[in-house]
Amino acid sequence: MNTAADLSARLEQLLGSGRVRASEPALREFAIAGRAPAAVLKPHAAEEVSEIVSFAVAEKLAVVACGSRSKLELGMPAERYDLALDMTDLRQIAHYDPGDLTVSVDAGMRLSELAKALATKNQYLPLAVPCSGTSTVGGAIASGIDSALRQQYGTARDFLIGAEFVDGTGKQCKSGGRVVKNVTGYDLHKLLIGSLGTLGVITRLNFRTFPLPEMRSAHLAVFPTMEGALNFHAALLNSGLPFSNLELFDSQFSALLSASVNKLGSSTPQSLATAGWRVFASFEGSAAVLDRITHEIQKLAGRAQAERSETLDLQRTQIMSEALREAFEWLRRAAPTVALLRIVLPEIKSRGVASLLNLLQPSPLRAAFVLRACNVAYLVLLAENEDAQSIAALGREVSELFSQVETKNGCATLLHAPLWLKERMNVWGAKRADFPLMQRVKQAFDPQYIFSPGRFVGGI
Amino acid sequence: MDPALIRELKLLLGPANVLSQKEDLLLYEFDGSVEKARPEVVVFPHTTEHVSRIVRLAAKYQVPVVGRGAGTGLSGGALARRGGVMIVFARMNRILKLDLENRRAVVQPGVVNLDITRAVEHAGLYFAPDPSSQKACTVGGNVAENSGGPHTLAYGLTTNHIAALELVLPDGEIIRISSHHGDAPGYDLCGLFVGSEGTLALVTEITVKLSRKAEAVKTLLVIFDAVGDASRTVAEMTARGITPAACEMLDGWTLRVVEDYIHAGFPRDSAAVLLIEAEGLREAAQSQAAAIEEICNSNHAREVRTARDEHEREVLWKGRRNAFGALGRLAPSNYVLDGVIPRSKLPEALEQIHETGKKFGFEIGNMFHAGDGNLHPIVLYDQRDTEQFKRAIAAAEEIIRMCISMGGALTGEHGVGMEKNELMPLLFTDADFDLMRRIHDAFNPDSSLNPGKIFPLSKGCGEIRVRKSVQSAGPRP
Repeated sequence: MNTAADLSARLEQLLGSGRVRASEPALREFAIAGRAPAAVLKPHAAEEVSEIVSFAVAEKLAVVACGSRSKLELGMPAERYDLALDMTDLRQIAHYDPGDLTVSVDAGMRLSELAKALATKNQYLPLAVPCSGTSTVGGAIASGIDSALRQQYGTARDFLIGAEFVDGTGKQCKSGGRVVKNVTGYDLHKLLIGSLGTLGVITRLNFRTFPLPEMRSAHLAVFPTMEGALNFHAALLNSGLPFSNLELFDSQFSALLSASVNKLGSSTPQSLATAGWRVFASFEGSAAVLDRITHEIQKLAGRAQAERSETLDLQRTQIMSEALREAFEWLRRAAPTVALLRIVLPEIKSRGVASLLNLLQPSPLRAAFVLRACNVAYLVLLAENEDAQSIAALGREVSELFSQVETKNGCATLLHAPLWLKERMNVWGAKRADFPLMQRVKQAFDPQYIFSPGRFVGGI
Repeated sequence: MDPALIRELKLLLGPANVLSQKEDLLLYEFDGSVEKARPEVVVFPHTTEHVSRIVRLAAKYQVPVVGRGAGTGLSGGALARRGGVMIVFARMNRILKLDLENRRAVVQPGVVNLDITRAVEHAGLYFAPDPSSQKACTVGGNVAENSGGPHTLAYGLTTNHIAALELVLPDGEIIRISSHHGDAPGYDLCGLFVGSEGTLALVTEITVKLSRKAEAVKTLLVIFDAVGDASRTVAEMTARGITPAACEMLDGWTLRVVEDYIHAGFPRDSAAVLLIEAEGLREAAQSQAAAIEEICNSNHAREVRTARDEHEREVLWKGRRNAFGALGRLAPSNYVLDGVIPRSKLPEALEQIHETGKKFGFEIGNMFHAGDGNLHPIVLYDQRDTEQFKRAIAAAEEIIRMCISMGGALTGEHGVGMEKNELMPLLFTDADFDLMRRIHDAFNPDSSLNPGKIFPLSKGCGEIRVRKSVQSAGPRP
């Protein structure tokens, strides 16, 4: 057995002294669920990542790759955790062809820096993920966290066109390429999306970029009942109007959103303050397109008997969009103890949503609900303190929600929860029929199980 | 092939669903590519259970299996390179379920691409992937090859429109991946299996995502007196962030061939035409079409014609969609290449293709998806003339190498198959192949499923492990 000091000495030999940190505070900074690694390594090139992984394979050390560390809590805590890979020194734009609308960027670059560079050419990446000020491009892809622009632009798999990564044998590999249309070889880069670092260490990502929208606007409608809001939501979906975001939420969510909007700026839309259910729709395009969409929404809102119907100006549109993009971030901090579930139902009907919410009545916990784009719902349970009653209720309700969703052929995952609840529940829900195939994928990418072992679905 | 296997297959499927006579098999030794390989037996399953049992039988007799839809593929993906059993999905052609409210259709792999749209268009929906062969090609083949088409530019390849799959693995196991909604936790297995060219599993049921038809479509035919002006138009459109739903280009030589046969209204004396489609809300389509027209004019377009109604639109598209039939009149064979370049390099690429043609003694036509940089140079040749065939292949290789040197890709929508597997090392390193091979072996460890595809067979890159018994079975291409 190597001592920690011996290990960091050998790593320093491999990488140079400036790239290895083993001091107590540095290790604490990279702790996950209370467990600190033995060393924090900061590679500055893909070749170094490859050397580190090869070393880890030889020494049977578990590796967790990190960007800004804003979403390390996703999934289960790794069962073993020896080396933290701080990827933030890989932060260049490797290739940008604005004329082709493609960009190739190092994994450790911040999304916000990339956005700045793309904006100089009037372009952007429609990956509106939480913690967007600090999130790295690699982290956003590996976490697979929902983008608030999914309704219009799809998920990362719709515009990620290639990737470079180090696999579990320490080799530098790639998949896809730098062109927008490509079917050469297996689409391995798609597997990396949402894999939480369990398949490889992403070193570079290639994207299709998009022109910045000319103008943006949004609309907020309030309904006294859930049915009313759901009907309006369905009418919007069936209208064929192009929305960049479409969210439906209850009054609890609205109150939390309102608090978060207040933090971002002073112009809270008036419609957030009252009781009831809300539908937020944002859209983009030319002035003529915005006029048309606004007009149609108002018509539909009238027909759906909205209690209030408010078109938001640019500033409010932006603030609301930002606040909704950050929902994961403020929801998980909305109370001392929080369980945040991501639920995907095969179809959204008012009965289905009602039966989920009815499970939570009566309850000592506060609950908030938001239906995000593409049938993805977030349900958050808030406990003001961890007393016995709250703990029992949290455990019972989360478990009931999981089983209810699964009997409806949906999927639930716990995005955030206290460690005890994660350990009791397993954040991923029941294993699905295709789980054995996922194990085969894992085995092929990472034969020694060194990447974030135990973090992913089914203990992968 | 062991006659006992054929007997067992007939017992399982009935004699009408098993072909083993040479004259019957001849039909299945071709697809849309320039390759050729004959299966030893062709079977037509009706159910997933059939497929599973066929695969088990093939494993018992240690012969390879290849799946096939309509055989319209252009890279030899559906050819039995090592002989063995060919599973033709033509009789698994039922639409199993339409869920219009949630925009899903569950179909068997033998359903013809366009038939999905026909079944749902009354509700204003359609299936977006639109390969030129969409009247004939099957969804199973689209899934295997990750097919594209003119409208891939705005709506993506097949992979962007698949929610879930039912698979049969090489050991006969039946397994469902992903979910009706398409957002299940875990690795994106659909992302891996779509486009794996039948080398990982056979697909027996497909849940596709349906799209809503755009409110308005503006179809423009733009006529140019110089190819360079047309390609610069495309490059400028892209650079200005204008992404139409489709942007197709035909060069002068090709449009004349097409015009003589189809009479789509392409001026015979022009050097190139662009067929561009702007879609969306009325206001958006209108303003996009106006912006496109402005760019065309600033790049010296001779004329911009706008289809006034659906009929005129159909006529304009007819020229594009039926163009391959027109080419068939000129030479016994045509080799449609498929390479991708960054769109900013389009003018340069077309010049180089022209030079390559001159060097190898061919008039190379271009009819392609200009908007996404997906080139389809067409080499007309006579396959019976061995020397000419060799020159055609050499010209093709030079063009593909050019694509790679420009930062492009080997194939944009046709697949690697047995057409380009030897060129794969131009893009991929040994480490890349090692990982792809481990993925391959994780699902298809004996290479019993569609052997000889994607991976290079030549020395140094190594065929994936092929069992001796498999190697010795069947004819060699």
